[in-house]
Amino acid sequence: MTNKKTLTFALMDAPFESSRTTTAMRLFDIAARRGYDIHVFAYEGAVALTFAKQQAHPNAVHGRDVGEEDHPLTKDWVAAIMAEAEANGGKLDWVNCGLCVDERGVGDAIENTRRGSPGDLWSLSEASDNTLIIATR
Amino acid sequence: MERYLLIESRDPFEAAPAAHSYALAASLARAGNDVQLFLVENGVLAARAGGAAADGLGAAARAGAAVLADDFSLRERGITSDRLITDVKVTPLDTVVDGLVEGRKTLWN
Amino acid sequence: MKTLNIIESAYRATIEEQDDTIVWITHALKGAGADVDVLLQGNAVCYAARDQDASGLCFGAKQQTKPPRLADDIVKLVDKGVTVHVVADDLEERGLKRSDLIDGLEPVSRSRLATLLDGYPRVWKW
Repeated sequence: MTNKKTLTFALMDAPFESSRTTTAMRLFDIAARRGYDIHVFAYEGAVALTFAKQQAHPNAVHGRDVGEEDHPLTKDWVAAIMAEAEANGGKLDWVNCGLCVDERGVGDAIENTRRGSPGDLWSLSEASDNTLIIATR
Repeated sequence: MERYLLIESRDPFEAAPAAHSYALAASLARAGNDVQLFLVENGVLAARAGGAAADGLGAAARAGAAVLADDFSLRERGITSDRLITDVKVTPLDTVVDGLVEGRKTLWN
Repeated sequence: MKTLNIIESAYRATIEEQDDTIVWITHALKGAGADVDVLLQGNAVCYAARDQDASGLCFGAKQQTKPPRLADDIVKLVDKGVTVHVVADDLEERGLKRSDLIDGLEPVSRSRLATLLDGYPRVWKW
């Protein structure tokens, strides 16, 4: 008997703005390590989490160059969790709300993400074991 | 009986609705539901003993809700287990994923 | 699965978006066939107030031609068959009287929220 579960999440926060992003990534990582199928519907600012043009930078305040600073980029976190999920027999399916992408000009997303709409949130939820909405404030 | 997981990421010092969350957890528990109130991020600030939020969390616990706090959020904020109010149990974030797969109605505040 | 969408924060980016994005997504979900109702709580109860007017903003020569009309959007949800509950205590705390509000709302006291939530198989808190 399989223990594979399917979970859907909705996110709204843009990168580098809220601790909710880190907690969400922690949840995805836990689910990925368990080999679950994970669907993420990124709404509003969250569509920038997978923007391919995010760039790391040095940190002069701490005297660290780019390499030493090793600044996190959410696009890299998402890619790493995708790989973790696949390695454990699961999948991270990342859907960016298309209108939100357009208005923010962040159409250049990392590989293995896709463009969608609110209808996707509904249909993915209907096909999941559970859904968690992590809204912005 | 329903099963609930109320995730509270806000503290009542900055966000008044956090206290409503504690009251809702208590209300759901008194109604006979299985309720977990999970504090995460700044939500754990309410769990430090001697703080003003202890009454609300205590009421939720006395009503039968399990009041839980994310171990990483506590550590991140320097709240050691000996400084927690007694009603709060330290747990890993895995508890949230467990709750989701158990089918708990899960609300993030 | 019948779903209750709880909307709490209000006036967050509603000018830039020309909508409340959660009221908007509720409309979109309904259009996609979702069986969804709404609970307005916290500051979002203010969306039920009649006299909201966000018109007239201009940035340089750039005029906003389609300001949000949040109360109308709530009315349209009601017209589509969405039950729109509103927390009565939150209205009272904000000084909103029944005569200030649009028609078609279903008030619920904070003390009855547990019963309301029990009545929905799925609850999404936005």
